[in-house]
Amino acid sequence: MNFDFSEDQKLLQQITRDYLAENAGLAVCREVLESDAPYSTALWKGAAELGWLGTTIPEEYGGAGFGHLELAVIAEEIGRALAPIPFSSSVVVATEAVLRFGSDAQKKKYLPKLASGEWIGTLAATEATGQNGLEAAKTSLSGGSLSGTKIPVADGDIANFAIVSTAEGDLALVDLDGSGVTREALGSFDPSRSVARIVFDGAPAEALEKGRGQISHLLDRAAVPVAFEQLGGATRAFEITREFTLGRYAFGRPVASFQGIKHRLADLWCEIELARSNAYYGAWALSNDDPELAIAACLARVSTSESFDLAAREMIQLHGGVGYTWEYDCHLFYRRAKWLSLALGSPASWKDRLIDRVEARQKSA
Amino acid sequence: MDFNDTPEEAEFRAEARAWLEANATPHRDDDEEDLLGERIDDKTLAWCREWQAKKAEGGWACLTWPKEVGGREATPIQNVIWKQELAKYRNPPDIYGIGLGMCGPTILTHGTDEQKQRWIPEMMEGQQIWCQLFSEPSAGSDLAGLRSSAVLDGDDWIVNGQKIWTTGAQFSDWGILVLRSDPNAVKHAGLTYFVVDMHSPGIEIRPITQINRGQGFNEVFFTDVRIPDANRIGAVGDGWRVAITTLMNERASIGGGGGAGNTADLIRAAREIEIDGRPAIENAAVRGKLADFYIRSKGLQFTGNRTLTALSRGQTPGPEASLGKLIGGVMVQDLAEFGIELAGMAGIVHDASNPTTSLWQDRFLAIPGLRIAGGTDEVLRNIIAERVLGLPPEVRLDKGIAFKDVPTGPPSN
Repeated sequence: MNFDFSEDQKLLQQITRDYLAENAGLAVCREVLESDAPYSTALWKGAAELGWLGTTIPEEYGGAGFGHLELAVIAEEIGRALAPIPFSSSVVVATEAVLRFGSDAQKKKYLPKLASGEWIGTLAATEATGQNGLEAAKTSLSGGSLSGTKIPVADGDIANFAIVSTAEGDLALVDLDGSGVTREALGSFDPSRSVARIVFDGAPAEALEKGRGQISHLLDRAAVPVAFEQLGGATRAFEITREFTLGRYAFGRPVASFQGIKHRLADLWCEIELARSNAYYGAWALSNDDPELAIAACLARVSTSESFDLAAREMIQLHGGVGYTWEYDCHLFYRRAKWLSLALGSPASWKDRLIDRVEARQKSA
Repeated sequence: MDFNDTPEEAEFRAEARAWLEANATPHRDDDEEDLLGERIDDKTLAWCREWQAKKAEGGWACLTWPKEVGGREATPIQNVIWKQELAKYRNPPDIYGIGLGMCGPTILTHGTDEQKQRWIPEMMEGQQIWCQLFSEPSAGSDLAGLRSSAVLDGDDWIVNGQKIWTTGAQFSDWGILVLRSDPNAVKHAGLTYFVVDMHSPGIEIRPITQINRGQGFNEVFFTDVRIPDANRIGAVGDGWRVAITTLMNERASIGGGGGAGNTADLIRAAREIEIDGRPAIENAAVRGKLADFYIRSKGLQFTGNRTLTALSRGQTPGPEASLGKLIGGVMVQDLAEFGIELAGMAGIVHDASNPTTSLWQDRFLAIPGLRIAGGTDEVLRNIIAERVLGLPPEVRLDKGIAFKDVPTGPPSN
């Protein structure tokens, strides 16, 4: 039994953590939140220089040639720092799509620019308010021309290209700075990450060569590294809260000595540990290309979404009044937790697919 | 990252499998679940004795114990591998679990050579059954508040008082016992640890009827029972330190209800049972619940794999193990209740011809006990908070005063 990351992977984690602690404190997240900037260009540049943006991209395309376990490790650190960069959209989803389903020519065109950070990619799937799952689409690709509306698109205002799901079941590659594309940034409850509406009106596009019918599989593959980003956020929220309750005195004692607080922290710790275990299982399935990924991705996605949401909620509650102020960082976690738990489809939609898949497996057994 | 044995672990597993294949019997369909050890009759006891003797003969009775007392000095991960393989076969109720899991390790740690020779071999071979006499009516989670007394009289101690929640007392030969030997000392310093012959005059055992009408536990009354000083484990007044050894071993051995956390049955039932003419599994509320249970039970399973990984690397899993009992206990209770609810109003009916629903009904009435035995949810949260998360200990009002002066109820006016 070796259900853990290796020493090398842990070293990579430490290096990543140290860099982010020095260059991307929560102040960097706050800067983006409080300004009109959609993301931190300085941090994006730093991430490119350290090779994070090409983590899973083979060396022949200018990447680091690592596997998904290394991607998981880095994603967790991105999550801990609440890094205000389009990591999940570009490094996780778009890169995975091109890498997995692209032709050689498509890989040659996109991967080097993704690895260098010159291009930002994203996934455009959702089309309507109230659409929980991300699979259904009306946007149509026909004769190399794409038409339809996608809303909201994560990081859609800053991306250079998008992977667009279509009614025909394709994953279409579209240059967002090209003709036939109109986009506008939308408001969000987490302004440290952005969203946009994108209207395609005959935009030139081509399908990913092996992408037909793969939207679900792409979401499964993306859900695992994103789960690690969520896990990192949940863990950091927990640590800050623990520290705060130890330092805050009331009735002559640290508030962390009251059973009411201790038990809440114990419960929260349990939830995060369970989520960590499920995320590890996802990492194992993804890195081994195991068919279990169809179930493991759901486990990781729901567990980490719910535990990050819970951690952020408890963070405000256990800080008391100051936790509700703009000045304290609790709300940064509260916003990001919810943003991430919706960005790949709601937890409810992932529970739904989980039961579909467990049922199907039971029927075939 | 993988789930495979190391070559050494694989070799050990093969050895365990070979022995079990030659000596153990396969599961039977009519094997009953007995979460609280309530269905142990003479026939079962005979089966237990026979199987234990066979394991001892083959060197599989106490894997982690020293070789000089008959163990094989196995590593903790080898012990887990053995248990995994053992569980694939039919096993009698674990009546030796308390002896081998708690009493034995305590005697091996704190006992004299003479005491080890006197008790350990017979315990291992299954000739003697052991029980644990710790809790009292007014000392449960606050175990060190126990009041049963031991007073020295020549070479004997005279014991008076009452113990409670003693599993298997009715068929035990020996018991481990913590008593108050000095009520004038501060709470933890006035305790002494003994081994008592359960057939001694003055011991009366009364079964406790649980909410499910089962009788897995007992009250044990002591009236002027004599225990030779030679049966004392550790120094006079050092009983708390010795008891901690026992308790550390207890938490390691109590799980979260084993197979009761399996969600496959529940999902199967939800496919068969109908709500408004459609399979229940198509109902959104049912699906959400099933997903929550499935995700939690998998989270527990993979947390177990992380613990095994630590063991495999030679690390000792610590108080983190409390997570399994805390989360598992609540989850299996929720699961049993939901299983009953799935049947709708018919879930009220206890009908042995409907084995699935009646299994959940049985668990519904058994599991509240598991959430209390071996550490309540609240004690486990304190352990996690203090020993894993490093939060401050509880404020105590009984520190530094003689035990006899510690308040035991509301002040009288």
